[in-house]
Amino acid sequence: MTEYKRSTRRDVLRVGAAATAGLLVPHGDALALDTPGKLGAPLGPYGERSPFEKAVRWRRDSKTPEAGSSFSPLQDSVGTLTPSSLHYERHHSGIPTIDPSQHRLVIHGMVDRPLSLSIEEIRRLPSVTRTLFLECGGNSGSEWAEKTGVDVQRSYGLLSGSEWTGIPLSLLLAEVGVRPGASWVIAEGADACRMERSIPLAKAMDNSLLAFGQNGEAIRPNQGYPLRLINPGWEGNTNVKWLHSLKVTNQAYMARDETAKYTELMPDGKAWMFTYEMDAKSVITFPSGGQVLPRRGLYELTGLAWSGRGRIERVEVTLDGGRSWVNAHLQEPRLPIALTRFRLPWRFDGREATIASRATDDTGYVQPTREALIAQRGTNSNYHFNGMKFWIVRADGTVTNVDA
Amino acid sequence: MSTRSVIVVLWLAAAVPLAAQSPTYGVGRPPTPEEIRGLGAAIAPDGAGLPEGSGTVAAGRELFAAQCSRCHGPNGEGNVGPILVGGQGTLASPKPLKTVGSYWPYATTLWDYINRAMPFDQPGLLKPPEVYAAVAYVLNLNGVIRADQVVDAKSLPKIVMPNRNGFIPDPRPKTPSRKAN
Repeated sequence: MTEYKRSTRRDVLRVGAAATAGLLVPHGDALALDTPGKLGAPLGPYGERSPFEKAVRWRRDSKTPEAGSSFSPLQDSVGTLTPSSLHYERHHSGIPTIDPSQHRLVIHGMVDRPLSLSIEEIRRLPSVTRTLFLECGGNSGSEWAEKTGVDVQRSYGLLSGSEWTGIPLSLLLAEVGVRPGASWVIAEGADACRMERSIPLAKAMDNSLLAFGQNGEAIRPNQGYPLRLINPGWEGNTNVKWLHSLKVTNQAYMARDETAKYTELMPDGKAWMFTYEMDAKSVITFPSGGQVLPRRGLYELTGLAWSGRGRIERVEVTLDGGRSWVNAHLQEPRLPIALTRFRLPWRFDGREATIASRATDDTGYVQPTREALIAQRGTNSNYHFNGMKFWIVRADGTVTNVDA
Repeated sequence: MSTRSVIVVLWLAAAVPLAAQSPTYGVGRPPTPEEIRGLGAAIAPDGAGLPEGSGTVAAGRELFAAQCSRCHGPNGEGNVGPILVGGQGTLASPKPLKTVGSYWPYATTLWDYINRAMPFDQPGLLKPPEVYAAVAYVLNLNGVIRADQVVDAKSLPKIVMPNRNGFIPDPRPKTPSRKAN
């Protein structure tokens, strides 16, 4: 647990003392702490974070290391962007190594002019940059269970925020000339299993991107280098990584990941399919499960809110288990389909507090309770859990989930 | 061109992209046959994309023992890989078992997925007749087809899966376009 908790002031003091004593110096004399007058490290070609920063993704055990998911350390997040190095992952057959000079995107099927494009050619086209959240359709799947997730990383961490740069897909669909009667685009990745998803043509024409950039540099291999389909607001699985094929068709292809997986089984035995949009959701990232408040006094309670359907209009916070709610301060600008940071000054007086947040988006939709979701969908739908998350700050300052 | 006319042109292009009759940017070239072959064979539920060839349950049993059983168990009971059989009638129960037989709505999906993604450590290994055979065997394990049925491009799309009508489109409200950010 301790490896995921946010550093406390006590930790900082401990680290500082240790560093002064020379115990934690990682690179010889690279450390300038408490050493005024001593030269620091020389300039470098590619940045590294401080050796004192330990936030890492958490990888869920999987039987095969090439397939699985890793979760962003939301408890350590600040602001509204996730470093590319900490962006959550969900891979089905490993991360391919792709030479961009050898990679091509083929657009074919029901089009007048099938096209094969190099990455260099794609990058010559008029591009756009958008700040968006990305969330796995299975994020917070832990919360359907009787015992819910113990910390925010493991329960809500299949969520990240990035600035994506790329070409509007509509631009290239116009270039190839979509034939009358076409209604779907089948997207395929160049990973070992050639992951595929069916995307409605209406979405592709509306706001899908062919992204080559993320957070100011080329997309990383873990996130789809050199080309990723970005479907703003839609479940992560539709954002096909390592994109190499777009086939325009007149039907959905009923791929494994839109039938056997990423469908939600209801209590009556029927399943919802093509559940693309991620509903409004929020979670408190500090204080959250596994963290410790070292002393009484003032803290900044903070968290993230987002909606695949638009802009976050309001985030309310309860400090008394849901009996009363107050509006949190929302960091501007509040971009649609992007992470919004909320904050609330809070004085911990040593009395146990049960805290949670609930988001409202600009469609008027209000984030539901876990109980309301379960009443509607049962406990076997696996995906698209967007309920509230309650944390209990204990009298001794430790923070747990409500099942601890 | 002034900034304003550039904006107008871009706006028009965005508003009527489907009506575009000729390429605007002139990038790229027609894909080569090799490039098309390098893509996965995407199979539609109506069978579009299925290649020639056929497979029997008997051939599939042999193939399954050699290529699939080490992960899925000798009879599809699951091991490192997921369970492939059983579960019919459990979807509305507190502990549903979702398998090819109990949950998957289309047999074509099985062909598409085995062909593109299996075996897990060597996807793309199987030739089309082997994929047909693997599909036949797994469907027979689930009681979906008889032991003497041959599976090919013609018969596969006609196979009616037990949960064919088990899916409904997303009932949640639709959201308006969010083009701008």
